[in-house]
Amino acid sequence: MTAVLVPLVVLLPLLGAATALILGRHRRAQMAVGIAVLAAVTVIAAVLLVAVDTTGPAVVYLGAWDAPWGITLVVDRLSAIMLVISAVMLLVVLVYSVGQGVADQHRETPVSIFHPSYLILSAGVFNAFIAGDLFNLYVGFEILLAASYVLLTLGGTGERIRSGVTYIITSLVSSLFFLSAIALIYGATGTANIAQLSVRLAELPQDVQLILHLLLLMAFGIKAAVFPLSFWLPDSYPTAPAPVTAVFAGLLTKVGVYAIIRTETVLFVESDVSTLLLVIGGLTMLIGILGALTQADIKRLLSFTLVSHIGYMIFGIGLSSVIGLTATIYYVVHHITVQTALFLTTGLIERFGGATSITRLAGLLKASPLLAVLFFIPAMNLGGIPPFSGFLGKAGLFLAGAQGTAADAPSGPDWLIWVVIAAGAATSLITLYALTRFWNMAFWRGREELEGYESVLLGSVLEAPEGATVTATRTTPVLMVVATASLVAVTVCLTVFAGPLFDLAGRAAEGLSDPSVYVSIVFPEGVR
Amino acid sequence: MTASLTLVILMAVLFGAGISVMLERSLTRVLIGFLLVGNAVNILIYLMSGAPGLAPILGEGVDEGEISDPLPQAFVLTAIVINLGITAFMLALIYRSWWLAKLGAKGDLVDDEAELAEDAEETADLIRSSAADDEAIQSLIEASDEEFDPLDEELEREASTRDTDDEGARR
Repeated sequence: MTAVLVPLVVLLPLLGAATALILGRHRRAQMAVGIAVLAAVTVIAAVLLVAVDTTGPAVVYLGAWDAPWGITLVVDRLSAIMLVISAVMLLVVLVYSVGQGVADQHRETPVSIFHPSYLILSAGVFNAFIAGDLFNLYVGFEILLAASYVLLTLGGTGERIRSGVTYIITSLVSSLFFLSAIALIYGATGTANIAQLSVRLAELPQDVQLILHLLLLMAFGIKAAVFPLSFWLPDSYPTAPAPVTAVFAGLLTKVGVYAIIRTETVLFVESDVSTLLLVIGGLTMLIGILGALTQADIKRLLSFTLVSHIGYMIFGIGLSSVIGLTATIYYVVHHITVQTALFLTTGLIERFGGATSITRLAGLLKASPLLAVLFFIPAMNLGGIPPFSGFLGKAGLFLAGAQGTAADAPSGPDWLIWVVIAAGAATSLITLYALTRFWNMAFWRGREELEGYESVLLGSVLEAPEGATVTATRTTPVLMVVATASLVAVTVCLTVFAGPLFDLAGRAAEGLSDPSVYVSIVFPEGVR
Repeated sequence: MTASLTLVILMAVLFGAGISVMLERSLTRVLIGFLLVGNAVNILIYLMSGAPGLAPILGEGVDEGEISDPLPQAFVLTAIVINLGITAFMLALIYRSWWLAKLGAKGDLVDDEAELAEDAEETADLIRSSAADDEAIQSLIEASDEEFDPLDEELEREASTRDTDDEGARR
């Protein structure tokens, strides 16, 4: 029964995109289609999560071609969790963008292509999460990337084209890496089915495994914006329309993280690069957050914190223990919602204040207390203040690290794990500092202080390359506020229901701890 | 596994040429580089199917061991379709960025908004005379690569005042 639902999460958005394209001239109908499709997918994903958690993973052999011949779709607990959280997020952001589109008939955001592209992006994301085949994963990536190119250069203004070019070329290179890796893996093993690869890759010589492993990690690393490969992100995300930036920041990098989790837990079980991942995780955290410190523009600041917090997830994966993965899965869920909520709030700030730079914003607390609350909660959450989910996720990761040092087979030298934990704690504090500074400048300080204000704090801050040229509007559409508020409510729920969520993440990580679990899902009778 | 040496050499040449072209500044060259590398990867996938054999249709009297591996061919077909779509998008992007570099945001007024006919006419004139600007733009691009030169600075200032004039005209 549940198996029937699995292909629907990809099919519905694709059909919806086609319908929305046909309805190009009827904006209301387009919006209705988009929201209905994503709401349906959210329900399906929730049903799948419950079903998968209670009765075990769902597998679909498309066209009734048995694995490894046909395309396999696999939904285990990890996939189901990712499906639910991304569907919820995509739905909320779509509602937000509808609110924005209704409010301003802006030439820069032609709505007729926005909805189809957005739905195709969703289809690509969902396809990547349920792919049981490496080539299908590649196709999922390409679907979401092609849609993201369109969304990022929406309207084709000079600024967006300039930043879009960086993003597109980086993504193209990463796709070429991915495709070459698939070709070489196929050449070495004769299959692209992930479950079968799990068995066959382990039989290859160590050096061949390492090369294939690193090639694949490089492709996913560019997508996840991991440190030496993260330079493109802060340049390309901030110029897009607010809802688009929110989706990209919240979701697209996490698809890369998801692929890295699969690579480490299922594909390359015999090839161990966890020390490398620990080092990269630590560097990503520190270098990302140091970049955030020098930004005056909140959108750029958030883009840098995004890069930095990917480091936590890479650290969790690098620990390669069940508790490490548990904390990572919880952290991914937390980060998707919080980062998206912050970018949505930034969109509201931009509308309300007419700017996104702390050199031009002041007195927002008095002007709009609601906006202040909507920013404050996710900001403190990202900074890791107890009792928010950011604190719980980080505490879980640090605990996993501390236990990793005590384990019989540590994933890296003890001192390295402690150093990365220290880097994580420092990153958390610096995130808090950067966000509090924005809070103090934009919300707390009075409007009259804006002129001629000098501070040592501002000494290191650089003005954004392109100043925002948005005109402030006193009316903020209700729909936008409602969407943002509901996502902030979700972030609070992550704290309230942290216990059950951690249990669920633990069960998901349990299923990942042994690759034979994944193999037996796809091949109940065993495979070679 | 056996593979055709010709194809291996062709793949290597395509990879080399593609990567070196991709490193150039111009977007069009990046696209050409992407096409070359993309095809090199396709050949790499095809090479992984091993020695060529019969058409992969199983029927009576066909030995399973003698057919070629069909899966890489399916991969290549998919990759070609994806590359085609991306190329179309890149061409549109390149055209748009050329348009913006030549005319700025003002170029949008040419046929979009009839009520600004005066503006449109002015822009049309600008397009006609833009050939003369080519040289100035080229020298500006070169100046940004090379060392500081007072003459270039003058050109730059000229260009920036022209930009502000444009903006004024739009308002």
